[in-house]
Amino acid sequence: MRAREVFRVGERGLLVELVSGEATEAFHAELLRRREAGTLPAVREIVPAARTVLLEGVAAPDRLAAELRSWDVPVLHARVAASVEVPVRYDGPDLADVAELWGVSVEAAVRIHSETRFRVAFCGFAPGFGYLTGLGSRYEVPRRATPRTAVPAGSVALAGPYTGVYPRSSPGGWQLIGTTDAVLWDPAREPAALLSPGTLVRFTVAGR
Amino acid sequence: MTDRALTVVRAGALTTVQDLGRPGYAHLGVPCSGALDPEAVRLVNRLLGNEEGAAVLETTLTGCAVRTRCAVTAVVGGAPCPVTVDGRPAAWGTPVRLAPGQVLEVGAAVRGLRSYVGFDGGVAVAPVLGSRSTDLLSGLGPAPLADGTALPLGAATAVRGPVDAAPWPGPPDELVLRVRLGPRDGWFTPAALRTLATRAWRVSSASNRIGLRTRGPALERAVEGELPSEGMPLGAVQVPPDGRPVVFLADHPTTGGYPVVAVVREADLARAAQAVPGTVVRFVPYR
Repeated sequence: MRAREVFRVGERGLLVELVSGEATEAFHAELLRRREAGTLPAVREIVPAARTVLLEGVAAPDRLAAELRSWDVPVLHARVAASVEVPVRYDGPDLADVAELWGVSVEAAVRIHSETRFRVAFCGFAPGFGYLTGLGSRYEVPRRATPRTAVPAGSVALAGPYTGVYPRSSPGGWQLIGTTDAVLWDPAREPAALLSPGTLVRFTVAGR
Repeated sequence: MTDRALTVVRAGALTTVQDLGRPGYAHLGVPCSGALDPEAVRLVNRLLGNEEGAAVLETTLTGCAVRTRCAVTAVVGGAPCPVTVDGRPAAWGTPVRLAPGQVLEVGAAVRGLRSYVGFDGGVAVAPVLGSRSTDLLSGLGPAPLADGTALPLGAATAVRGPVDAAPWPGPPDELVLRVRLGPRDGWFTPAALRTLATRAWRVSSASNRIGLRTRGPALERAVEGELPSEGMPLGAVQVPPDGRPVVFLADHPTTGGYPVVAVVREADLARAAQAVPGTVVRFVPYR
């Protein structure tokens, strides 16, 4: 798959736009592969997101932009990625609302979520916060009409097509379906983030 | 052997430890952070004979005061302000020698917003992901200073830099920011892009280390609806639904969902960091 568009961003940045989340993950993986192999010019940051990858701190952006436009990247399949299990107590205050939005029982909602194989599409919002894809468009949910001023650390939440876990207490408008004791972010740990782009994630039922 | 440390006597409105930041972690949601006026930090450190990225104190508007526990050389730079040692006037912008127990008072900024206070050996709090910077958005690095906080200093360097004094650019009366349009200028009407290039805004008092917020004309969108979350560069001119541009500074979120109409040249951001609320802001697009 090819980039749909490559935009210049300021003096030394490029924004690669892709047609889908899957294409974005594939393009990001290719960027990392080439950086690992030493065939990508030095860049300060590579930031994947929903439909784009931002490159910051590029020495010769026009030249790299031309190169990126020419790439035809293979689809991602069966790649070796880190995998983690996150035990969840499905006790979130919005679990019943989510089940209703999905048109299923609370038990079925827990089953659907815990049987899904997720992958971290990208991170953002806060250090260690991953946007996990896998549920599919059938299970998209809106954000809460009124964001909560404080969502507790470890809250497992849904919004749009994504699942996420709050690494620390912060304001937030996602639908809360459970809690985990897993430590999502610890700067003293290597790596600091439990979830990074590409990580495979399974949520296991640790209680209700 | 003296204790190489300082005690904070007066923390001021917002004083944080800053170095040149923690680049390389944006993909994990970690902002680069670091001093908002990195040129001032480099100059302070050069005057002290420190590594240019040694950690310093960044004050906001009202300065701060510290008591030394050892003999130390300090330099106050960035926003011009009165400096005193035990109440007696001392030099701004050049090295000041302090004996153990003396109080260095960094007064309120006379012009500009952020003064930088460096010490030989640098502020030696524990680094997080390779940086000692306080990141207010993410809560990384040391907490903002509070009265009574103790700050360790690194070992003093034997060799001083080749300069004792240096020319300091003064904060401008009007903030002119050169911007490169895009990546999402196509989400705005041609009239909005003309507005961006020809009208003026004022720095809002809601500005902080995350972003320089503005008051003034609203930029009208040509494309309605939500932009899927995407990577946000330093200097991004993000336009929230109210249409007033926000310039992303060092503690900015690494991804966001509002369109970026243009990006400010990195060299202009230090002046943005010194612009007090009410300062006139103009954006000058270049190609």
